[in-house]
Amino acid sequence: MIARGFWRRVWAIFQKEFTQMRRDRLTFAIMVAVPVMQLLLFGYAINTDPRQLPTAVHAEESTPIVRSILRGLENSGYFELVRESADPQESSRLLASGEVMFVVSIPANFTSDLVAGRHPQLLLEADASDPVAATRALGQAQTIVTRALRHELGGSLAGLQERPEPFELVIHPRYNPEGITQYNIVPGLLGVILTMTLVMITAIAMTREAERGTMENLLALPARPAEVMVGKITPYLLVGAAQTVLILVAALGLFDVPFVGNLGILAAGLAIFAVANLALGFTFSTIARTQMQAMQMTFFFFLPSMLLSGFMFPFRGMPGWAQAIGEVLPLTHFLRVVRGVMLKDASFADLHASLGAMALFTTAACGVAMVRYRRTMD
Amino acid sequence: MSQLAIDVRGLRKEFGDKVAVEGLDLQMPRGEVWGFVGPNGSGKTTSIRMICGLLKPTGGEGQCLGFDVRTQASAIKRQVGYMTQKFSFWTDLTIRENLEFVARLYLMDDIAGVVDRTLAGLGLQDRQHQLAGALSGGWQQRLALAAVTMHGPQLLLLDEPTAGVDPQARRDFWDQIHRLTGDGGVTALVSTHYMDEAERCDRIVYLANGRLVIEGTVADIIARSGLVTFRAEGDRVRHLAARLRGKPGVEHTAYFGAALHASGRDRTRLERAVHETSGAGVAWQEVRPNLEDAFIALAGEARHDSRWQA
Repeated sequence: MIARGFWRRVWAIFQKEFTQMRRDRLTFAIMVAVPVMQLLLFGYAINTDPRQLPTAVHAEESTPIVRSILRGLENSGYFELVRESADPQESSRLLASGEVMFVVSIPANFTSDLVAGRHPQLLLEADASDPVAATRALGQAQTIVTRALRHELGGSLAGLQERPEPFELVIHPRYNPEGITQYNIVPGLLGVILTMTLVMITAIAMTREAERGTMENLLALPARPAEVMVGKITPYLLVGAAQTVLILVAALGLFDVPFVGNLGILAAGLAIFAVANLALGFTFSTIARTQMQAMQMTFFFFLPSMLLSGFMFPFRGMPGWAQAIGEVLPLTHFLRVVRGVMLKDASFADLHASLGAMALFTTAACGVAMVRYRRTMD
Repeated sequence: MSQLAIDVRGLRKEFGDKVAVEGLDLQMPRGEVWGFVGPNGSGKTTSIRMICGLLKPTGGEGQCLGFDVRTQASAIKRQVGYMTQKFSFWTDLTIRENLEFVARLYLMDDIAGVVDRTLAGLGLQDRQHQLAGALSGGWQQRLALAAVTMHGPQLLLLDEPTAGVDPQARRDFWDQIHRLTGDGGVTALVSTHYMDEAERCDRIVYLANGRLVIEGTVADIIARSGLVTFRAEGDRVRHLAARLRGKPGVEHTAYFGAALHASGRDRTRLERAVHETSGAGVAWQEVRPNLEDAFIALAGEARHDSRWQA
């Protein structure tokens, strides 16, 4: 039995709820924008079979056969030869900084050794810190090179086409040779957790003042914007530090993730990254009117950070526009730093581009936060 | 040192295309208590915020305690106690923590001592470790007043400090304001909707539609409203208001308990109107118009003016 007037009252509440939902423009916008963003990102940006992976070439000779091998690699679609490397040191640096994912090294006399049947070695080094990104391309490498050589080795050289292969492809999956996923995920998680909590916690802490009306009091008291900002952000910086210690201990203790690099560089990266997120949270808090809106804005930022930073899916596998968006996000650069330091022993010089990009983002975010905070009352 | 606590000319504030305050002139001497009255949305809060440097005026100029309201906001903040309309202290901090926080922001020496004395003055020593959110409305207002006076401000800007507070608490609150202004030479601008509170002020500033309509003592304002008020009492007046309304000369009617007030500015026509309803247990006599009558008349006039200007 439905009480008399049940549906009329349901309808009244329905209308009121709908009207309120419509009035809350930010919530409404985010409710519409999030599914659209998810569709676009999952549909177009994410690719678990990444191609066109940046590759450097260190060739000590340039013969038709070598050129043919390189062309074959490029034509396969997996490798994009973006630059040359002068020596093994440069090759290592390029891999450590994340500028390239592969280095193909062709030794001197490769062609003559090949022709003489001496089975020369061809070295393919890979940044295997992200196993997902590298595996497919590595799996194809042997076939690609063999096929490329088959074209060249016609006529008088046809005899070399017998089994075994006339050359030896040596694959060097560096940094994470066993392809352990946790080595890649767990350090990345540090960045993801810091992004989520620091942005949200700051945004909410500030919005709470506005929502409860205490902001006016804070503004009326003799505290300057910079003082309020630093004072409000620092406690959460400590929260971030505690989280960092927790995750690093877990990474080393529970998951046996190696830590081969310099803790100082990681600390510098962490500091810049944390401030970037806090400043962003502060900026959100000057836009959001309620804590609920602050949460939604955080989520709106968090989603592309997760998907486009290279945390969940290979960064190099995404189309150019998605990589361009990813380059703006501090998480992208932080992941390069944390993975670089922990897995690759990357030096400051290797990571300066990532650190610089984060610093730039941080400066901009702090500036916007300050300007917006000053206008709070107007 | 300027003899005026507040000295603003043509102060103006727009939010988008909405004009909140449309040219406020106010010269308020030190040591006085002024009432800031006017209907909701008349621009009282916006004016107070501009005076204490929280909001930048979009037009006009002025000084508060000798400091420029546009450029010297931080100097003003240090010498003004501004009490917001809504309780704006931290309900999830204790009473003591709130006071300590404020004392620290004013860079006071001997924080503990100042807070102890303030708590003693409030009589809240026993409850100092309770959350401020647990206080009743009246106590929250007293806590807020104590917090904004702790640093010894020269000027108090109190925005509807007694809204929703019981009569005893209101009386205590005003005693406190008069103590501060009487002994300490503190100046206070207090916005209120209560006429009895307005009557406690040295002078009253009446705002409507973002404009200053009138400023003066209670007697000034009643005189300048030009009102004549007749009063009738008794059982028979209960249904009289409906009959009076709309008669020429009757501008306002209002019940005060069993008494009915009828007011208007045209004495002859008002007298004629009330005479028509007198007799049979209804006896009219002329009384001094009260402040409320005067304000309602002024508010009507202000509405009338703005209609002509629009």
